[in-house]
Amino acid sequence: MTAQPTGIATYNFAYLDDQTKRMIRRAILKGIAIPGYQVPFASREMPMPYGWGTGGVQVTASIIGPDDVLKVIDQGADDTTNAVSIRAFFKKVAKVAVTTETAKATIIQSRHRIPEHPLTAAQVLVFQVPIPEPLRFLEPRETETRKMHALEEYGLMHVKLYEDIARHGRIATTYAYPVKVEGRYVMDPSPTPKFDNPKMHCSPALQLFGAGREKRIYAVPPFTDVVSLDFEDHPFEVQTFDQPCALCGAENVYLDEVILDDHGGHMFVCSDTDHCEKRRGDSTSPSWGGRAEGAGGSGLATTPATSTPALRADPPHEGEGKEAE
Amino acid sequence: MDIATQSIDGGFAEPVFNAQAVFRAIMNAMARPGTVQPLPQLARPPAPLSATAGAVALSLCDNDTPVWLDPPLQAEAPVKAWLGFHTGAPLANTPADAHFALIANPKEMAALDGFAQGTQEYPDRSTTLILLVSDLVSGPSLLLEGPGIEKTSMIAPPGMPRHFVEQWKQNNQRFPRGVDLILAAPGSLACLPRTTRIKTMEA
Repeated sequence: MTAQPTGIATYNFAYLDDQTKRMIRRAILKGIAIPGYQVPFASREMPMPYGWGTGGVQVTASIIGPDDVLKVIDQGADDTTNAVSIRAFFKKVAKVAVTTETAKATIIQSRHRIPEHPLTAAQVLVFQVPIPEPLRFLEPRETETRKMHALEEYGLMHVKLYEDIARHGRIATTYAYPVKVEGRYVMDPSPTPKFDNPKMHCSPALQLFGAGREKRIYAVPPFTDVVSLDFEDHPFEVQTFDQPCALCGAENVYLDEVILDDHGGHMFVCSDTDHCEKRRGDSTSPSWGGRAEGAGGSGLATTPATSTPALRADPPHEGEGKEAE
Repeated sequence: MDIATQSIDGGFAEPVFNAQAVFRAIMNAMARPGTVQPLPQLARPPAPLSATAGAVALSLCDNDTPVWLDPPLQAEAPVKAWLGFHTGAPLANTPADAHFALIANPKEMAALDGFAQGTQEYPDRSTTLILLVSDLVSGPSLLLEGPGIEKTSMIAPPGMPRHFVEQWKQNNQRFPRGVDLILAAPGSLACLPRTTRIKTMEA
């Protein structure tokens, strides 16, 4: 043999073998054809534990090509452990370009946020989903929930929302807020804050959902009706914040609370780090007075503890920290 | 060319990357019904299977997916040998057993409701039909609406099945059950998932 020694064997492009990719690709196509329906698939063991995004990683691995640009976010942030490790994983096994800029990405894998920057038709949003079944905490049996979806029997979900109102005076579900897709399937939008639900409605981007442990893939095609469940007298509302982001001054974005010290000091900052950095770097954006001083362009170098003007001791925000579970 | 050569030649030159490119074209077409996705010639299957339909089969079919061939394809031993060699997919005995169906002559094809429709609990267990069409512009215009389409979109494949608009309406009514179509034209493809509604048809 005159063949060159090839060294040690390497992984297939994007880690998964091609038979697995075909299986996942077929599930994705069915998911797109039946919006909101959870397609069972033969989820594989991935080199990361369940709960770290194995479903999203398998979906991304099956659709990604050498020309794609990948962005990975974890609760809106590009720099948290989960996002960094998944980005590094695809950089290694698929040698694709990665970015933190929403506008430059062709595939965005997300754990529980939709970027603030509007998505385009050229982008695919991949969600990591822990519990794909919106009815699971109401009915633990898969045989029953499957029948409920088959018969379009979603009364139980409305009862749950009603009980919220009876107990709290309002629908207290703040994340994983159930939606109805194209008037047929009730779907778990993954535990995104309900703030992001309206962005799913008629999004120009294709949205794919992968649940690795639960072995389900589902999808929302572009320009598809995604309606958050509600009642006439208790219409669906998103969270509102009475202060803008403490770093970039953005309003009408989703904010995270950052604890600053042991004395109740805290601040609210953009959950979407790329959006926040962009605004701080852009001199034309209406930055929030002098409060963001020293933050311009330096990305994540600003440590909250040093930006004293943003120190606040306000009471926790209405609607924050109250979860439905 | 003997049958052995015909059945072995003409696969993907770069199996991993070509399969990915073909899948992305199908995924985009399925997500945006009525849009025409360009596809370079990546496979060279024996006639009458077209390059596009052959590439779709290579990227989606394997030993897990029984494939049904319509009579013109069924009659060609090289086609069966080529699919068998490159995908390992078993041939389905009846349309209702098929995960994929390759249709070389859509005009004469069996009714859409003869294929697997899935069940109410598992609507994904349905047949995906791959129809070979000569192009996507010269036939009667189909005005489309539904998920994936912002307002309306238009496609005009010639030689579609008999009473196609009526059959498709029935396919819509079976939702979430139903079949999905991949229209494979030379150099391009388009999809009609079961959610797409055909609004009107020009004469």
